Amino acid sequence: MNNTIRNTALLDLKREVQKKRLAEGNNYADQIVADIFANVENIVKKNVFQKENQTNWSQIADNILTSRVTGYPIMLLTLACILWLTISGANVPSAVLSDIFFRFQDILTGIFIHLGAPDWLHGVLILGAYRSLAWVVSVMLPPMAIFFPLFTLLEDLGYLPRVSFNLDSLFKKAKACGKQSLTMCMGFGCNAAGVTSCRIIDSPRERLIAILTNNFVPCNGRFPALIAIGMIFGAGTLPLHLQSAAIAGIITGMILLGIAVTFVVSWVLSHTLLKGEASSLVLELPPYRKPKIGSILYRSFIDRTVFVLRRAVVVAAPAGAIIWLVGNVYVGEMSLLAHIANFLDPLAFVIGLDGFILLAFILGLPANEIVFPILIMGYLSSSYMIELENLADLQTLLVSNGWTWLTALCTMLFSLLHWPCATTLLTTLKETGSKKWSLFAFLIPTVIAFLICFAVAQSARLLGLA
Amino acid sequence: MEDSGARSKILKEHFGISTKENQKVIALAGNPNVGKSTVFNALTGLRQHTGNWPGKTVDNAQGTFTYKKNSFLLVDLPGTYSLLAHTVEEEIARNFICFGQPDVTVVVLDATSLERNLNLALQIMEITSQVVVCVNLIDEAERKNIIIDFSGLEKELGVPVVAAAARKGIGLEKLKEEVYQIALGLKKVQPRKIRYSPEIENALADLVPKIHSLGCEQLLNPRWVALRFLDSDEELINSIVKYLDLQGWPSVRDEVGIAL
Amino acid sequence: MHEEKTNKKSQTTLSQMPVGSTCTIADLHLEGLLRRRVMDLGIIPGTAVQCIRKGPSGDPIAYTVRGTTIALRKEDAAKINVFM
Repeated sequence: MNNTIRNTALLDLKREVQKKRLAEGNNYADQIVADIFANVENIVKKNVFQKENQTNWSQIADNILTSRVTGYPIMLLTLACILWLTISGANVPSAVLSDIFFRFQDILTGIFIHLGAPDWLHGVLILGAYRSLAWVVSVMLPPMAIFFPLFTLLEDLGYLPRVSFNLDSLFKKAKACGKQSLTMCMGFGCNAAGVTSCRIIDSPRERLIAILTNNFVPCNGRFPALIAIGMIFGAGTLPLHLQSAAIAGIITGMILLGIAVTFVVSWVLSHTLLKGEASSLVLELPPYRKPKIGSILYRSFIDRTVFVLRRAVVVAAPAGAIIWLVGNVYVGEMSLLAHIANFLDPLAFVIGLDGFILLAFILGLPANEIVFPILIMGYLSSSYMIELENLADLQTLLVSNGWTWLTALCTMLFSLLHWPCATTLLTTLKETGSKKWSLFAFLIPTVIAFLICFAVAQSARLLGLA
Repeated sequence: MEDSGARSKILKEHFGISTKENQKVIALAGNPNVGKSTVFNALTGLRQHTGNWPGKTVDNAQGTFTYKKNSFLLVDLPGTYSLLAHTVEEEIARNFICFGQPDVTVVVLDATSLERNLNLALQIMEITSQVVVCVNLIDEAERKNIIIDFSGLEKELGVPVVAAAARKGIGLEKLKEEVYQIALGLKKVQPRKIRYSPEIENALADLVPKIHSLGCEQLLNPRWVALRFLDSDEELINSIVKYLDLQGWPSVRDEVGIAL
Repeated sequence: MHEEKTNKKSQTTLSQMPVGSTCTIADLHLEGLLRRRVMDLGIIPGTAVQCIRKGPSGDPIAYTVRGTTIALRKEDAAKINVFM
């Protein structure tokens, strides 16, 4: 059969169906769906029987979990628990991993010396690349290995749709989707994972809003620095028994701010760049089911480990090499790092930071976990990234470099609001398939971070507070 | 006779799936929340990998298992409520079942909401007769005092029905056995035809012979194609044309594209 | 004399159903993708639906249909007419 005959046949068919539709006045599509269900009902009537139903535990649970009074508090409590478990549970494993990696580093150094390798090679590969990799793995792997399995457990349990259910009306006001709440939760673990999770949002417009605002939720990589700064300049100044509560309060405050910014930006996007009607929500609330704990924990753990390792090798190691070079290539008396920091100082001052801090954020583009080590490296004029174990030592270092409460506050705000890390940006590119939107994903947080830090710094100074 | 060379090519290029020699391709379909991934994990264990469907941001999981010395490649389709609506997930699932021509399509249903779930099963049975129905979560159904007559269901549907509680490992051996039997052609199935109301059956009576004259019945069920014309599923008709191209049908895309 | 008992079913919308009540779907004034989605879930004329609960702020509203629970936004449920 040749081309033309086939084409004509297809066109004829289409025209014929059109005619039928008009003649019958029938929307066949609706009728087809109705007929399929009629068939189904027939089958079910004869083969499926419901006896006296037992107590519906799912309904009882939902009465509590989605009620006006208890719904919201329980959600917040659950999130707080997960965050707390993640942060506190990760401490020991992180320290252990750190220890192992840095012992191994000594072995590697020994090998390099033995082979008579040049200093700079050792610097780039070991002090730069390897150290950065070690950092990223020991800081990120334990929290991710706790957070994501916990989250997957909640998902398997069936609780997550209830969260969307509870929060949808709030998101509707920003012309976004209730499911965005879940993508934000994922963002607490890792913003790249948060961006990928935006697939659960069906409408492309709402999905894009969720992707572009995901970074306002601080990921596991940013928590250590936020906590350290919060402790030194906030909670640490209080009597011991109030300290835990205070640091929890500070972190909660930061998170709430991030969430507030998310809503505002979502609203603005809905009315400007991403204008459109709110699309609808059709949300299934499946019955609660006992999750298969063992299998979930195992799979989730493996997935996260692979992700962290891959990121460490592909992104963090090269970044580390570059950072070492920047810190060890000297132009005149100062390293490149110091030069650039000085250059950035005026701009940084305006927003309440200093050149080293801003540079640390810039060099920390590949991974948020290395921002603090880079900063300390800069302040100490060290030739490699360092962390200071002792908070007291860290405090001394920061204060002696001119940190005030304002610097601390602006640094925390900048950390919360600034551009996404490289992995998140790449993931955004993959998920949106658009360079334009990936650029916005970079610009929107950056502009907001600068604006808010500027406002805070200038107001504080104008009011004579700092 | 299906051209396996063309099929492998389509599988590879359009669905990103590479098969080994003599490996049977099994599609895993079902509504969201029915425990489809539990079935998938139970059958494939660690021999699986996830990625994306080519050109789409939708998860694609593939895994393998061996049964009676035969190798099976299990492809986890996105969870869908139906194959009629126009979301990306439904498109992927439908395109794979239609044009990827898996050896068997396993439809996983939730025993506690069979009424809603059977919608998808019947639709799939309209496209392909190589279907095995897996009624999962029977432990949940038992808790809710739902009684299911599985042999009655099997008679009604005309395809094998396996009762399972994948979470507890129940029913999986039987599932593998039924899949094996269908994949190797050891069992004949007669899937139940959906009976439509008179208006539709009349319209079909007119259309189906004309579809036969297009000569594509080797590849696609003419009755199903006719229904999609009635649905005015433009997207699908485009896909049909595109894939028939690849199977050796002369290129009609451009001409029909203008008309559509 | 027999008095014809007219079976007066009141018509209302899905969004106005009191929590706990059951109804039968009359017709859907939804369009496009939403219409298809809702129908694919089995919410079609003649189907029995029960209103289960409302969200903490009254929206969305959850319904039981064909053994499953589906939540819809109030303004969408308002476009579905039902018999009570």
